[in-house]
Amino acid sequence: MPTYQLYVNGERKEATVDASTPLLWVLREELKMTGTKYGCGIGACGACMVHVGGIATRSCLVPVSLIGERRIVTIEGVRRDPVGRAVQDAWVEKDVVQCGYCQSGQIMGAVALLKATPKPTDANIEQSMGGNMCRCGTYVRIREAIKSASAQLK
Amino acid sequence: MRETLETESLSDRRLSRRTFLRVSAAAAGGLLVSLYVDLPAFADEGQQAPAKGYPPEAFVHIRPDGRIIITVNRLEFGQGVTTSLPMLLADEMDADWSQVVAELAPAGDIYKDPVYGLQMTGGSGSIANSFQQYRELGAKTRAMLIATAAARWQVAPDQCRAANSIVHGPGSRSARYAELANDAARQQVPDTVPLKNPSEFLLIGKRVRRLDSRAKCDGSQKFGLDLDLPGMKVALIARPPVFGGRVRSFDDREARGTAGVRDVFEMALVSGSGVAVVADGFWAAKQARDRLRIDWNLSGIEHPDSSELRNRFRELARMTGSVALSRGDATAMDRIAPANRIVAEYEFPYLAHTPMEPLNTTVRFDGDRAEAWVPSQSQTTEQMAIAEVLGLKPEQVTHHTEFAGGGFGRRTQFDCHVQREAAAIAKRFHGTPIKLVWTREDDVRGGYYRTMSAHRVEVGIGGDGTPAAWKHVIVGQSWIVGSGPPWEPILVKDGVDYLVVEGVTDSPYAIPNLHVSAHHPTVNVPVAQWRSVGHTHNDFVMETLIDELAARANVDPIAYRLRLLAPEPSKLRAALTLLQSKAGWRSSLPRSHASGVACSIYHDTATACAVDVSIDSKRLRIHRVTVAVDCGLAVNPLSVESQVQGGIVFGLSQLMANGAITLKDGRVEQRNFDGFTPPYIVDAPVTIDVHIVPSGAAPTGVGECPVPVGAPAVINALARLTGTRHRALPLLSV
Repeated sequence: MPTYQLYVNGERKEATVDASTPLLWVLREELKMTGTKYGCGIGACGACMVHVGGIATRSCLVPVSLIGERRIVTIEGVRRDPVGRAVQDAWVEKDVVQCGYCQSGQIMGAVALLKATPKPTDANIEQSMGGNMCRCGTYVRIREAIKSASAQLK
Repeated sequence: MRETLETESLSDRRLSRRTFLRVSAAAAGGLLVSLYVDLPAFADEGQQAPAKGYPPEAFVHIRPDGRIIITVNRLEFGQGVTTSLPMLLADEMDADWSQVVAELAPAGDIYKDPVYGLQMTGGSGSIANSFQQYRELGAKTRAMLIATAAARWQVAPDQCRAANSIVHGPGSRSARYAELANDAARQQVPDTVPLKNPSEFLLIGKRVRRLDSRAKCDGSQKFGLDLDLPGMKVALIARPPVFGGRVRSFDDREARGTAGVRDVFEMALVSGSGVAVVADGFWAAKQARDRLRIDWNLSGIEHPDSSELRNRFRELARMTGSVALSRGDATAMDRIAPANRIVAEYEFPYLAHTPMEPLNTTVRFDGDRAEAWVPSQSQTTEQMAIAEVLGLKPEQVTHHTEFAGGGFGRRTQFDCHVQREAAAIAKRFHGTPIKLVWTREDDVRGGYYRTMSAHRVEVGIGGDGTPAAWKHVIVGQSWIVGSGPPWEPILVKDGVDYLVVEGVTDSPYAIPNLHVSAHHPTVNVPVAQWRSVGHTHNDFVMETLIDELAARANVDPIAYRLRLLAPEPSKLRAALTLLQSKAGWRSSLPRSHASGVACSIYHDTATACAVDVSIDSKRLRIHRVTVAVDCGLAVNPLSVESQVQGGIVFGLSQLMANGAITLKDGRVEQRNFDGFTPPYIVDAPVTIDVHIVPSGAAPTGVGECPVPVGAPAVINALARLTGTRHRALPLLSV
């Protein structure tokens, strides 16, 4: 099996896995970074969302062999970014989480949204967060927390 | 001022008939039931639950650094119990909240629910049943700490007081709890302790943020699926495509050729059989499973088809079933003119729970012992099931409760099938931890759904516009009927499973002549409770029909409902009255919008809501939901607000066009979230404002109560907007 060099949260990591292995399972099982979650495996729920080369990416769909040199940021590393910090703090301040399982992906999605659109409208939020499922139904608080983080970042 | 006894309203947790039914409804597994059915309290309904001693050391650990570890005897799966139960204990203990850490209890007798007699989480009972228990634990701990300080200072305990993890004595003496903890542990546990007067609460009743929030926002919270143990292997099972199917033969050459695969073998399932794949990791196991070639024996088993089931259920609903309730005059309907009767037929599909964390359980079998890591709701029965599979006694299985990513009724099943599967695989791998994972496909196709249901209702309207006669037939599968003792005799009366008719037979509306009957068809699709159980379909029918009657009578839907309630004060009356004052926006909506109302009483918590909807580009849009809830004393109003908001959204799953499970030729037609699609953010209301009825009554649960009201409120709003009363779910178009 080939060995892949990955840049995760600013650190160089190595994984020897089958080339088809999705980034999700490399993160979770090889690098032991379990903050990124498996929810559906088909890119339909967003629980596995990470940033690859600055783009919000569903890690369950991307084979590790396609990552190349792109920088990966996961929930464990997003706090180093001021937007990441603001979003995480807003999530805590608004008491968003319930079971919490989808929230790594929600937060990664929200950070990507605010980086692209610092002052999102409700429509921007719905569009950008539209594929992140929360079965506990925390959506109204997610909306509030994104707006709160946006206000903090001005 | 302190009082030895609770105020009456806060202490009166009696095992009423209602509680008894609730116990039965929520508990999982049959074997343990005798443990509490035999409790003397059950012989005499209304008798006080027997006092039981709980050693504080099993629940509170004060560490030398001042941290206070509070053990929570439940599963945390979103409902916030790792914050609210510690709040109860910490408040009575006068602990420094900033130092409180919550931990989930392993399986153990001491952690059984004081009312249910089983260690479990369900029936919205965690706060209701442990309110007194956790407060007493806190008060006893505090008394022991004060007694220790008093002895040290040679003063009387009543000369000391406690605050913020410090005991203060005469003069300027003070001692931190951490300094006193070792000596306090040698104190005798007091039998009775004074509890705080509600006016003295420092945490209870306050909006307290979750203790688990930060860990769930930075990826550090470990869920069951995140477990990683030395040498652990991951197992997946290829399951039969039709419920009850069996493996005839299989070709595993390609599967075994997958790097990382350790074993492939046929295994018995609770129903039918499957092929297990054990590998070093999930991806290898998944790939290998995809490469199996299995010849299934699907003969001799039912191949249900949703359209055929719908017809069958509908036809059954047209015949009177086993009588659940017959109140008043059964011939009253005959005296009502046909023009004043409404006949309504309803259809509901199977619903999957799809908690975000897929089902999983990890077991390591060591021959004479085993260890299990289970993100699930029924520790007592799951521990027993694992022990049974492994040929051990329950106490030989160390059972850890893991945080779970949602549940909604899916993480407790009578047959404990997930745990049995994990144990059966682990048995083949002595000393190797086996993590059994259900993929999302396994979950969506795996059954244990909310039952399909059909209703037929005939309402006779009296001269005053209220329902004078109501004849209701409910069709729904039961997982209780046929299960034998002890559940069946408790829950099933005259052939009717209470869980299928709840919300109708005990409707809060004063309907003088009410006849309710039920059919429980047998289908090989396994069914189970789905957050709020029978109320999911029954309240929908009641609330949409009541709304129709209100519209016919030209009376405001809240006013009409209030008129139909018994005149004396009740939680539902309080909730509806509060809703009336908070949903004033109903009278000033834009022309393209409409409002709808619904309410429910579930496990003694009343919920009433009003929704504001419109249709934009043929798509339903829910702009706003206002909810009023009466749950007695709100232990953590912030948590109540979150649970109600989330529960409303969960209930709206029923409306989603792709929110149903359907079958064709015995096979589930949906596979994953591409075909079975619960609400995303765009489907959810933009705002949900929650108002709590101020109350000093004993707290009741809020985990399920909001679920039944959202969908009927939306349907009632759509009826106002479009004139169409939808009686079949899901909502395929608006």
